[in-house]
Amino acid sequence: MTTETYQAPDSVSGLQTKGIGTAVLGLLLTGAGFAMAGLDRFYEAYLVAYVFWVGVSLGSLALLMVHHLSGGAWGVVIRRPLEAATRTLPLMAVLFLPIVAGMGHLYHWTHADAVAADPIMQAKEAYLNAPFFLARQVFYFACWIVMATLLNRWSAEQDRTGDPALAVKMARLSGGGLLVFGLTVTFAAVDWTMSVNPHWFSTIWGMLYMVGQGLSALAFVIAVLVMLSTVPPLDRVVNASHLHDLGKLLFAFLMLWAYLSFSQFIIIYSANLAEEIPHYLVRSAGGWQWVGWSLVLLHFALPYGLLLARDTKRNFNRLRVIAMWVVVIRLLDYYWHVAPEFHTTGLSVTLVDVALPIALGGIFVAVFAAQLKGRPLLPLQDPGLAKALTHHTH
Amino acid sequence: MHVHEEKTGLYGLMAEFDQAQPLVDAAVAVMGAGYSKVEAYSPFPIEELNDIIHRKRTILPKLVLGAGLTGMASGFALQYGTSVLAYPLNVGGRPLATWTAWVVPSYELTILFAALTAAVGMIALNGLPQPYHPVFNVERFDRASSDKFFLVVEAADPRFQKDETTRLLEGLGAKGVYDVAE
Repeated sequence: MTTETYQAPDSVSGLQTKGIGTAVLGLLLTGAGFAMAGLDRFYEAYLVAYVFWVGVSLGSLALLMVHHLSGGAWGVVIRRPLEAATRTLPLMAVLFLPIVAGMGHLYHWTHADAVAADPIMQAKEAYLNAPFFLARQVFYFACWIVMATLLNRWSAEQDRTGDPALAVKMARLSGGGLLVFGLTVTFAAVDWTMSVNPHWFSTIWGMLYMVGQGLSALAFVIAVLVMLSTVPPLDRVVNASHLHDLGKLLFAFLMLWAYLSFSQFIIIYSANLAEEIPHYLVRSAGGWQWVGWSLVLLHFALPYGLLLARDTKRNFNRLRVIAMWVVVIRLLDYYWHVAPEFHTTGLSVTLVDVALPIALGGIFVAVFAAQLKGRPLLPLQDPGLAKALTHHTH
Repeated sequence: MHVHEEKTGLYGLMAEFDQAQPLVDAAVAVMGAGYSKVEAYSPFPIEELNDIIHRKRTILPKLVLGAGLTGMASGFALQYGTSVLAYPLNVGGRPLATWTAWVVPSYELTILFAALTAAVGMIALNGLPQPYHPVFNVERFDRASSDKFFLVVEAADPRFQKDETTRLLEGLGAKGVYDVAE
């Protein structure tokens, strides 16, 4: 056990190649879609695609910090995939630039004449203005990248030296880090998607994003872990008990997502206030209601019903399929948040709405795989490793 | 063989072991020999034992699912009965059957029914409360909560034959094999 180095198998390089191929395909489709639909549609689709994929990176950062605080076999086996996903954050900061370029297309509050004619936007101008918006984005990414870099650096050092003080250091950073994460993601969610409609507000929005990101990240690393568990070196390590724990966590995140989404709906629906209800009025007509029903059935009821059974959570292939389904269906949730605001008269989908998530996904997966294969697949000196290797539950 | 076996006053046979591993090995051997009414006792939990001697899955999850669905249906029925049938009040112009608002109480009842069924069902399916159990008729059994490991084969087991079963247990390294009076 002490000499095992847990080098990444060839399938990780294969994943990287697939990612690059997918990115090329996605970019070609995006080009075609852009030619068809124009710049406005491009930026709308880009915002959705970006929020969708940055959710995997940020959710991974949060889960990694939760694991550093709580410990547990579930976290030991996914720690390296989580760390690799957090190392995509510098890439995600670069990929934010198109949103900066498209601010005029995405955010009504960037137009001085529109603000001058609208008392509500004037009242929010101290927060919703371009320079402050940009400064906040720099601050968010600085926080996230610094936390991810420190956790990754100390983790590599732990592999080399086995110094027990490093586990304590990572736990300490994670305690404060989760607070910073909660605040920054809440504000980022307000900036990125809530301010698309500067009149509307929901105080649960930030929580919805944190939980959505955790769900995305967990589903993504479960899919990766099952892929890794079919070949050496992890085939001897990952067992049904690990999957069972991760499946239970996925189930919990799924329920929390549904709980928060429904809470927002039931509160706004019951109060029926003029400043809140338009959000759901737009989404209950013109074809948007089918997107809402699809979320209830495909994002909640279907994976929930399947994950309810113990056997599903302990079955590698079934859990992998459900996890991949959850990763994909998350896109519909972000689409539901953003797209109806631009198309209040009715459902409207174009090629870029599908092409951009594929393109960004290809880029994300390629960089993720490149990061994943650079380090051992298990934290070699984690204090909980020996226990995680013999993990057994009912 | 003994389809109409008469009551012998014998509950079963109890084999005593010094350590956990011989108990696990014996459990595997006894189950392998075709016995089914077998129970093991140890001073601390031995996780793999459960998979060895309790091959039949509990029906508790199905009961809990059924109870949860019943709770959900009751929740909706209760609110339909009060809001639509018994007291049809116009609240802010909303339809009487505002089922979206009923989700919350229905959800609570789902959890209530399911949780109570899980807790009570677990106790009931374990046969608790049980003020009398024959294994305590063996004096040595007191040691099961300190330092000894026991395997009991019930006389009700279709494969049970006193002499043969005794020989089997002795052959598995039992430190002693005792009759358990009913």
